[in-house]
Amino acid sequence: METVAMHIANGIVDGPVSALFAAVAVIALAFCVWRARIDLDDRLAPMAGLVAAFIFAVQMLNFQVLPGVSGHLLGGTLAVVLVGPWVGALCVSTVLIVQCLLFADGGLTALGLNITNMALVGTAAGYLLVAGLMRVLPKTPGGVGATAFVGSVVGVVVASQAFVFEYWLGGTTELSLATIAGTMAGVHTLIGVGEGLIAATTVATVARVRPDLVYALRRFRTQPAIVPVPVAGGVA
Amino acid sequence: MGAGHAHPLHLDRPSPVHRLPPQVKILATLLFTVVVVATPRTEIWAFGGYALLLAAVAAAARVPALWLAKRATIELPFVLLAVALPFAGHGERITWLGMSLSVDGLYGAWNIVAKGTLGVLASLLLAASTTMRDLILGLDRLRCPAVFTQIATFMLRYLDILADDARRMRIARLSRGYDPRFLWQVKAFAVSVGSLFLRAYERGERVYLAMVSRGYDGRLPRPEGGGASAAQWAQSAVLPASAAAIALAAVLG
Repeated sequence: METVAMHIANGIVDGPVSALFAAVAVIALAFCVWRARIDLDDRLAPMAGLVAAFIFAVQMLNFQVLPGVSGHLLGGTLAVVLVGPWVGALCVSTVLIVQCLLFADGGLTALGLNITNMALVGTAAGYLLVAGLMRVLPKTPGGVGATAFVGSVVGVVVASQAFVFEYWLGGTTELSLATIAGTMAGVHTLIGVGEGLIAATTVATVARVRPDLVYALRRFRTQPAIVPVPVAGGVA
Repeated sequence: MGAGHAHPLHLDRPSPVHRLPPQVKILATLLFTVVVVATPRTEIWAFGGYALLLAAVAAAARVPALWLAKRATIELPFVLLAVALPFAGHGERITWLGMSLSVDGLYGAWNIVAKGTLGVLASLLLAASTTMRDLILGLDRLRCPAVFTQIATFMLRYLDILADDARRMRIARLSRGYDPRFLWQVKAFAVSVGSLFLRAYERGERVYLAMVSRGYDGRLPRPEGGGASAAQWAQSAVLPASAAAIALAAVLG
């Protein structure tokens, strides 16, 4: 999987389209920063930093799929299920920026494209689906795990189709779009299923131990009734 | 970070390139890459010129060619894609060694290989000559929003701790008879990813409380000074400027 799920390099998509998506990424991230501050206020930097470190660390862990074939988690949908769409998108973007600058993974001029696909489009699709499914599925570890599975598969495939869209706008070589779309969708469905299985188990584990930390469940928690504090002073 | 803010691609060498302030290097790399990507793919010799420029930078930074070549293999999947393009491309076709190849596809393959490789080499040179901490500092001085540099700072600071956490969990699993060989054994892996998240998140909460008790109010103190001198800007501008000159000469010529 590692050789398949790599970030877009320079020269795959032409300059103007890369610039356009860099602008899209900047605007969308500014919005995410604003919303993430509402979620976390001044806890944003340390918490998002640790979550980003978690995503990065998880991407470094390889597991064997079959003998000789190993893969690693991408973690986009996993992040948005656990910490919400805004903080999740920020964390995945930070990981992508650092991977580009420090590890030469993904082209500098393609950074906007990579952020749009993996941190924005993929996570948004995954999260919208999760949020929708959580309305009907049981709010249990199993339920949230199942939604994480579906969300991961869809998130990964949608992110790959976002690349196809960008290639359609500014691909540097004339190719049959149906072929690229089909190949990308096929490969990424396989990746997505592996991704989904792990994300589902991971989310279910967290939901069992600390359900309060799973963002997708948080909305459905019954708030503890606020007991009005009796006004002291009547004792005399 | 016991390793003193190093990262796997950093090469600690005393060289003029290493001594340049990070912000000028980041900007030079970015501008150089933009010039490379903007160059029309038909100007084949221009890319040779860019490669020579990078070779000069690598020599100045004392980064060995073999080291660069080894790290550049990260680009391999795109080379494979490029190999497929001449066969899958449309339009006019030529026959070479009995194979029917698309002219557009050949140019496309060249485009991806040339621009991709030059981009990766430029990024590798930046990473080799700049420490992790300096890169973040450089982004900060280039007016990158503080929330990103802060998140990135925390991320890099705790990355090694979390990676070690994960390594310890793996060793614990292995020593209890876990034999990770196939996809269906992935449950144990996923459960430990879950507990890794819990550890990371709870550590984040503790770090935040420790910071608040030391007077944190949402911003980190910025290190003073470190601005680049005009001479340093001029030095680093040599790379993108000469690349732009080559591009102009190629387009006009």
